[in-house]
Amino acid sequence: MKLREIRDILDAEVITEEANLEKEIKYAFAADLLSDVLALSRGPGALLITGVTNPQVIYAGNAIDLGAIIFVRGKQPNEATFQLAIENQIPLLTTRYIMFEACGRLYQLGMRACIEKVKNGRG
Amino acid sequence: MAGVENHIRFQEVFHIQGGNFTNAGSISSRVKEILKRAGLSDKVIRRTSIATFEAEMNVICYADRGNLSLLITPHFLKVVVDDEGSGIHDVNLAMREGYSTANEKIRELGFGAGMGLSNIKKNTDEMLLTSKFRQGTHLEFVIYLDKQNEG
Repeated sequence: MKLREIRDILDAEVITEEANLEKEIKYAFAADLLSDVLALSRGPGALLITGVTNPQVIYAGNAIDLGAIIFVRGKQPNEATFQLAIENQIPLLTTRYIMFEACGRLYQLGMRACIEKVKNGRG
Repeated sequence: MAGVENHIRFQEVFHIQGGNFTNAGSISSRVKEILKRAGLSDKVIRRTSIATFEAEMNVICYADRGNLSLLITPHFLKVVVDDEGSGIHDVNLAMREGYSTANEKIRELGFGAGMGLSNIKKNTDEMLLTSKFRQGTHLEFVIYLDKQNEG
């Protein structure tokens, strides 16, 4: 799914205006706990659906090679987060949908999870 | 380790300030840049970045100060993190997934789920963790640069 389609499906605003909207994103992970994102997100280029807007979301995203981040519940990043995203070339979007709804809409149109289940209750 | 020094491709030490949440993650970002410039594989870069990020967060969350050193040789890379601070009372317990002593501030940032140390272990080929309670913690990990880590 292209970033452009993700924007359209979620009626989202692209915060980092220079972002390449033709970027292909196949997998997504949704969490507000960055510990889980770091431990469970698989493979590079995934979309992170989150309500966390502090700079650590970009640092963590950079560590795992995220393809893009979409903030839910209408959240906007602060200036530090925005600048870091530009530096690290991680596209940022924001949608007013809540996390459950955002996930559901993307799933319905073909987006899949980067990990379906954890092993033995863990990653 | 005689002779290893002759083959060091890169070595640098970074200082980490405990409690400095504003820049938490910046050192692992710099490490990632260094690994990219060194031309290492995407897999090695990703594994090292994740482990280094977790290690950096641990110093910021639980220590007063620490140093993170990065060593790259032709066959492996090694990260050593020494900190002064609260230390770990029970290392085996700390390694258990889900165990955490994180406070509210740490949790508000989205950390402190008790996944960090096990995530370091998962992403590295060798890991050593020792600690003196109320003094400090020594962590080192190695990632091999051989075929299994290519791609």
